[in-house]
Amino acid sequence: MKNYDKLIFEVSQPGRQGYSLPKNEYKENALNSLPGNLMREKAAELPEVSELDVVRHYTNLSNKNFGVDTGFYPLGSCTMKYNPKINEEVCIIPEFTSLHPLQDEESVQGALELYWNLQNMLSEIAGLEEFTLNPYAGAHGELTGLMVMKKYHEARGDSKRTKIIVPDSAHGTNPASAMVAGFDVVEVKSKPNGSIDVEDLKPLLDDTVAGIMMTNPNTLGMFETEIIEIAKLVHEAGGLLYYDGANLNPLLGKVRPGDMGFDIMHINLHKTFSTPHGGGGPGSGPVGVAKHLVKYLPNPRIVKDKEGKFHITENEESLGQISNFFGNFGVMMRAYAYILSLGKENIKNVGPLATLNANYIKENLKDDFLLPIEGACKHEFVFDGLKDKSTGVTTLNVAKRLLDYGFHAPTIYFPLLFHESMMIEPTETESKDTLDEFIAVMHKIAKEARETPEVVKEAPHNTIVRKLDETTAAKNPILTYRALKESEK
Amino acid sequence: MIVGHALCFKKKNHNYMSHKYMPHSEKDIKEMLEAIGVESIDSLYKDVPEEVIYKEEYNIPSGMSEIELRRHFEELAGKNKPLVVFAGVGAYDHYSPSVVSHLLSRSEFYTAYTPYQPEISQGTLQYIFEYQSMISELTGLETTNASMYDGATAAAEAMFMLVASSKKRNRVLISSTVLDNVRKVVETYTRVHGIELTEIAEKDGVTDLEVLYAELEKGDVAGVLLPVPNKYGIIEDYTGVADRIHDAKGYMAMYADPSALAVLKTPAEWGADVACGDGQTLGMPLTFGGPYLGFISCSKGMLRKMPGRIVGATKDADGKRAFVLTLQAREQHIRREKATSNICSNQSLMALYATIYLSLLGAKGLREVNELASDGAHYLCDKLLNSGKFKLVYNKPFLKEFVVSTELDMEKINKKLLEKGIMGGILLGDGKVEFAVTEKRTKEEIDTLANLILEN
Repeated sequence: MKNYDKLIFEVSQPGRQGYSLPKNEYKENALNSLPGNLMREKAAELPEVSELDVVRHYTNLSNKNFGVDTGFYPLGSCTMKYNPKINEEVCIIPEFTSLHPLQDEESVQGALELYWNLQNMLSEIAGLEEFTLNPYAGAHGELTGLMVMKKYHEARGDSKRTKIIVPDSAHGTNPASAMVAGFDVVEVKSKPNGSIDVEDLKPLLDDTVAGIMMTNPNTLGMFETEIIEIAKLVHEAGGLLYYDGANLNPLLGKVRPGDMGFDIMHINLHKTFSTPHGGGGPGSGPVGVAKHLVKYLPNPRIVKDKEGKFHITENEESLGQISNFFGNFGVMMRAYAYILSLGKENIKNVGPLATLNANYIKENLKDDFLLPIEGACKHEFVFDGLKDKSTGVTTLNVAKRLLDYGFHAPTIYFPLLFHESMMIEPTETESKDTLDEFIAVMHKIAKEARETPEVVKEAPHNTIVRKLDETTAAKNPILTYRALKESEK
Repeated sequence: MIVGHALCFKKKNHNYMSHKYMPHSEKDIKEMLEAIGVESIDSLYKDVPEEVIYKEEYNIPSGMSEIELRRHFEELAGKNKPLVVFAGVGAYDHYSPSVVSHLLSRSEFYTAYTPYQPEISQGTLQYIFEYQSMISELTGLETTNASMYDGATAAAEAMFMLVASSKKRNRVLISSTVLDNVRKVVETYTRVHGIELTEIAEKDGVTDLEVLYAELEKGDVAGVLLPVPNKYGIIEDYTGVADRIHDAKGYMAMYADPSALAVLKTPAEWGADVACGDGQTLGMPLTFGGPYLGFISCSKGMLRKMPGRIVGATKDADGKRAFVLTLQAREQHIRREKATSNICSNQSLMALYATIYLSLLGAKGLREVNELASDGAHYLCDKLLNSGKFKLVYNKPFLKEFVVSTELDMEKINKKLLEKGIMGGILLGDGKVEFAVTEKRTKEEIDTLANLILEN
């Protein structure tokens, strides 16, 4: 299996088929009567394979993948927690999966109730007035939240506010979302501990600022202790505070973003609320807002009337529509199941236990790895590479060596505040035993770096493929099977 | 309430119940706190200002056991009514072979992260490469990204591509025959981004080309978005359109149904530079609107303006063929505010869905799907027209979706159909109704629908 290297196109044999369809009972062939100039000239070259060919092929591919079910993902800022199995079952109930998004309200009351319940649970957890679940992912939530901000200022007739302040340590999506939303990005500097420098922020706060985007804890996993002061300053300057929910996990049960003064936020359901990452989605990025911003949330909205009936509505003051329908409903179902499985008794322990896990790894590894910032972290922390810099072993080398030992790598070279950043986030779903194994392997790699540095530098050794030639891939992009065949000629 | 599977114990002032998703025993917590050198977990939060510490309990339900959770979902499910669907307008009830969901439920796929570590993500990277290849085969364009959220956001970002590629122009045109929801999202995105959007009027159910050409003559158009098929199900004739757009130094983008592209003239054959759309028609369950799959394909020249993930083929240190995320210098995590888009998480697993679906169906199967759908649609249309109670609104070629008009009270009829477990056509106002038929609808179902309508 390790050596399986075929593309589905290479399994293909003319004349094979992997489907069965009902017999065509219609007398007329409608396609033949369509004007020829509207029809495809040359057939698409898709594989011709049997059902078993397909099953074997993609099963083999799955064996070349690492997932949360395979092993530990200490991937900073990604919150790779366990994806509960029951959630995968309740979300495929046919009475949900067969619903057309334009069905009559009467016939989708259960779906609307689920949507509305989840909306309210998130409002409660976030300490904000209302949520929309329409955004498809975290970055889509950021964009939606910034659109709310834009609409708010426009509605007040304040057209000067064209700038968004973003910390230099922010996730890349923050400045990119601000750009897409048509704002200019202004960076605010971080102090050596990664916190926003309030003194650097003050002169930026004028009447051209629409708002600020922040994570708290920040990308170093440190709580922004001056958040109340920052919120006061931004609000006094007429701006709004946007909370990037990527780092929400450690705050569950401890702090609500709304209570810190944030006006708008998104939540990554595929992080904090356990829905699977799917190799890069589908995610879900619900957006919550304070009371005065509710009317600007995107259409359509789901509301409940006095009789307990649910309705799909449109609001004229809304920023407009940001999705075809109601977002990734299938993902919402999983997050809803997760919240109900934990309930109010358990969900409050998520944050504290995630924080406990992160601090446990940090304290156990800081003898071998350089910890630039002392003190209690929250859900994650950052090492600036190995402590012993004389070996020449880099963060990339350590990351690749971890793959040999059956762990996913941490997030590396982010944040940009350090040269050798290695960002570690264990989440609360990992046991002490797993953390101990990870700690032992990290110590072992540090020892190898001192004693046999070449072994680490040449890693990975045991993976299905070894170090890849990424430069040629970018210089001479081969992006389809057709192009690959050409290049192999 | 303490539920059956939760065991409660006290640690200092804090209650930590063991839960199946949080494996910490009392002994673990004690040892871990000792290793950290703190008294309690609370003390790890002592830097948080006291006034923002949440001291209450969330007003959400108590934890449910699996048995209770299943029951709750079944109760909610009981308040929904699955229907025999005769509506489309951006979401179609196509069939998905059993194999697709089985393979998708392999957790090596669905519990994986974005493939930033290619050595342990070849499964994801290879299916994305196969996905790009297949969508490119359907659109006829050289490259495809993996992926966008849905068709509407893909269309919006395609518009950004047109503007970015044209450099100095900031106006895009969209045909009013593009789906309403797609146009609404494009309107929102272009408005906030500061791109001027002009809607091209329709005439007899198709894009009014005279209006389009007049707009092009103004010399400031970065690009145009045209549908195939359009929002009424009509297959518009774009003969000569690409040349006019290109002569005016604009780019041509098409909003396409990828399933239909197995039989309809492709965006590349029409001369388009970009294709975008929703992959939902590739067998994805309706699921009340998502998750679906947005795609963008483009010609080679526009590749570096394309948003989203792109996978390329390469070799490893031993010369073995392998796949890797490439051209990442376009993306937000590298380029920040100078990126082509803010997209990060996308719909990767749905790209796998499309890939497996297309592997199973192949070009022949997809053609048969289109035959069954269009034969069924034409059969229904003829039945309605032959009754004398319906008229075809636009006398134009269509595939699986069409608009008819009637003097019957369709609102009342749709209510009646709903009671019988049928989702009738979408009402467009003025007595117009839009029906869609897929390969899942049997001749019997179509007969039943027609009879229930025509008995009025």
